[in-house]
Order: sequence, then structure tokens, then C-alpha cells
Amino acid sequence: MALVEIFSYGFIQRALLAGTLISVLCSVLGVFLVLRRLSLIGDGLAHVTFGSTAIALALKLYSAASLVASLPIVLCASLGILKLTEKARLSGDTAIGIVSALGISAGIILASIGGGYNVDLLSYLFGNILAISSEETYLALVLFVVVMLLVRLFFHDLMAVTFNEELARVSGIRTNLINAVLVMLTALSVVLAMKLVGIMLISSLLILPAASALQNARSFRGCIIWAALQGGVTVIAGIVVSFVTNLPTSATIVILNLLALACSFLARRLVTFKNNN
Amino acid sequence: MANTTRRNESVQSVVRTSGLGCCYREGRVLEAVSICVEAGDYVGIVGPNGSGKSTFVRCLMGLCRISEGSAELFGTSTDRFREWQRIGYLPQSLNVINPVFPATVEETVALGLLSRTRLPRSISPDDRGRIVRTLELLDIDGIRHKLIGELSGGQQQRVLLARALVNQPDLLILDEPTAALDPDMRDRFYRLIGDINRTDGVTVLLVTHDSGAIGKHASKMLYLDKKVLFYGSFEEFCHSDEMTMLFGPNSQHLMCHRH
Repeated sequence: MALVEIFSYGFIQRALLAGTLISVLCSVLGVFLVLRRLSLIGDGLAHVTFGSTAIALALKLYSAASLVASLPIVLCASLGILKLTEKARLSGDTAIGIVSALGISAGIILASIGGGYNVDLLSYLFGNILAISSEETYLALVLFVVVMLLVRLFFHDLMAVTFNEELARVSGIRTNLINAVLVMLTALSVVLAMKLVGIMLISSLLILPAASALQNARSFRGCIIWAALQGGVTVIAGIVVSFVTNLPTSATIVILNLLALACSFLARRLVTFKNNN
Repeated sequence: MANTTRRNESVQSVVRTSGLGCCYREGRVLEAVSICVEAGDYVGIVGPNGSGKSTFVRCLMGLCRISEGSAELFGTSTDRFREWQRIGYLPQSLNVINPVFPATVEETVALGLLSRTRLPRSISPDDRGRIVRTLELLDIDGIRHKLIGELSGGQQQRVLLARALVNQPDLLILDEPTAALDPDMRDRFYRLIGDINRTDGVTVLLVTHDSGAIGKHASKMLYLDKKVLFYGSFEEFCHSDEMTMLFGPNSQHLMCHRH
């Protein structure tokens, strides 16, 4: 089969479009999260998504409907993490751990009540982008536009709060609002990313492109662009490679991101070595 | 800020606190602090460790909750104050900078301009000119494309000062700004702040342990130890009983003889 033939399949086209959009979203938000040491929020919210998906499936909601049902629950969980850090004098990772435990334990109990772990629920654990429906692709497109517009609107505020929250407050930035915007945008992206790489690997989409970009970026804007490009390219390459080699798509995407991170790290070492000699 | 505005403020206090108090979980940190800072003042804030110096300036900016009394900036209660472009703030520690944060010097200084703009914020060509002028003033225009995490402590401090000055603020709040600087840089830093105070009429609040610097540069002294132990002009302080009591018998020679 010729390589170009792959792109003629409808399910591949949907996977490429939705996968690229979701990955770019996660990569851009990942830069802010990694710099704020909140990168594991992806794992925490993914576990809540597991719980909310169990609820959706128990209510016989499938495909895009289950994603839509998950959105309000995961959005509330994201704000819960924020409130725990603000009000309960807990660090970000502890708050994420608490909400994560709640999400996964609720999911296990609900799945058990709902008749055990069925195939649908397990597909959310490891993701299956090749099975993405048209409705889910449209949902990804709409959420991509919404999230990117909000990132553009609040870009400087997000950057200022990420640089230093107190300095941002003295610049008149409403830091509580910006923190809420960041975690809610992350929640939207995590719900979508569940279909792409699954609950187990969501945090890799947030962390790896950002970590690669931070190795060599020479400006904040450049860092965001680098992360977005890596996110997009690794998803396209991952879908094609996994299709050709018959490997699991989600794991292939993550391995390609890890390779990109290794290359970025080596490139930085090489540049440092050259500059010092 | 236009000179006319500064002239108008000569009749208005820049900072006014009345019975200001602040409590942490560990207990009371500030008690009944009542002072008035006028436009053009250069106030050195000194006191022992844990005396509430940083808490005091943080209360003014709304970074610590005021538990009793009140504080005003430019005649507006701090909880309603919104004219943040009039304030330049240089925080206590260089720990504010995450060493892996990938912003250039120029991008970092540009963050200081956000208080002038509304959503969706953007940096105009005028703003770029303002950034360049501030970088030149602080002699860091040659490193404007470098990443802030790659700079020395002294350079980072100058970048943060540039960020505080880029708005041409009316009030400059400096919280132990020279901690990371070598003695030569420290002198240059104090001379620069002194120039800004005298030439542009910018009001300065300087929190420091460096009482010698206060003696050389500040016009007023606020000595805090949870309460106000002295507030007044530096000359008054030099002739007061508090001087020897707070700084020891040789202090007058060390602090009050300006060179």
C-alpha cells in the first residue's frame, strides 16, 4: 500500500485532524503548566475523566456525548484543585493527588456498579484516536478554537502569572482569574486528549513537547511555537507510523515525543559544548 | 507620568497608613503603623529581621491582608486601588526568577507594561521604545535578547529593576534590592535610584538592612520593629535619642556623616 493511500481513509483524516488539534492544545498549555510545576495536573484530571466517563457510560452515553458529559465534572475538578491550593494551604501536587484519588476511586466504584469494566471504558484508558467519530472531531475543532482564542486573549497575563504571581498582581493582573482560566483550559484539553492517548498517557502530551521546547528555546514565544510544532508533528508521524507498523497509536505518539525530547537535550548539550570550546 | 501630576501630588500623600496592623498565623507582625509619605520622599525602611518591613510594603500592594487600620495609595484605599501603572515594585529575592523560564530580557521587561493595557493586551511600538530606553538607562540593552535565567544575579536584579521602572512609576517600592549585588554594583544601584528620585521626583520606599545606604541616600527614615520606633527626616533621626539606642554609640559617625 502506498503511503499516500493512508490519507484517503476517512478515519485516518479524522484522526490526523483531531489528533493534531488536541496535541497542539496540550503542548501550548503544557508550557505554562510545566513552568508552574503543575505538569501532573494532566494525570489528576485524567483520573477524574475516568470517573466521569464511568458515569457517562453507566448512563448509556457514548462517543461525543460521553465527552460532553465529562466536561462539567472535569472543569469542577480543575477548580477544586485550585481551591485546595489556595484555601487548604496545600501544594499543587498534593491537591492534584487528592482530586486524582477521588476521581479514580469514584470511577472504580461506578464502573463496578455499572457492570464492570466494559470495552468502552478500557478504550479510554489507552486511547484510540483511529476510532474517533465525526462528532468527536467537530467537538475537538470547536474546543480547539475556543481554547486558542482564550490563550490568545490571556497570553500576556498567563505569561506574567507564570513568571511570578506576586509581580503579576502588582501589575494589576487578576491572578485568581488567570489561574482559573489556565486549569479550566487544561481540563477541556484533557477530556479531548483522553481519546487521543488515553488516561494513562495524557500527561505526556502536556509535559514532553514543553520539556523539549524548554531545552533550546531562545524566547517565551519561541518556546510556545516549538512545543506546538512538536505536538503537531509527532501526532501526524505517530498516526502514520503506527498504521504502517501496526503498533498502538497512543504509545507510538508518546515514544516519538520522547525521541524528540532526547534529540532536543542532545542538541542543547552540543551547543553548550561548542560554546565552551 | 506628567510633571503636572507630580506637582498635584505635592499636596497629596503618596502613601498614608492609619493604625495599620497585620497578623500571620504565627502572631502579630505589624501593629498600629501610622505614617504619611509625601510625593518625592525617599524613605529608607529599616529594622531587625522579622520586624515587619517587607510585610509593611506588601500590605501596601495588597499582597498581605491588613487585619486592622487602613492604608491608602495616592489617596485611594489599597483594596480599591487600581492604578498599578503608578507603582514599580522590585521584590526581596531573586528567587522570583525560575532559572528555566525561557523569557528574554526584553520579554521580561515588557511584562512591567501590562498594567497600562487592557485585554487583549499587546505591546505597541511606543511600548517597545519605552522598553529600549529603560534598558539603555540601566545599561543592559546589550543583553536584551539573552534569556533571563542565563544572567548573573546582578544582571537579573537590573532586569527586574527595569521591569519596575519601564512604566515610569510615581512610586518605586524596593524590597532589599541589593542582596545579590557586589559592593561596586550596590553603589551604582543606589546612585541610580537617588538620581531617579531627585530628577524625576519619583517617591521611593526602600526596605534594607544597609543602614549606611540609608544615611547616604534617603531623605526619611522609618524604623520598624512591629511598631514604628522612629519616622521622620534623616536629619531629625541623626539628632534623636533613638539613633544611639537603635544603632549603637558609633552610629552617628557611621550613618550621619554623608560623603
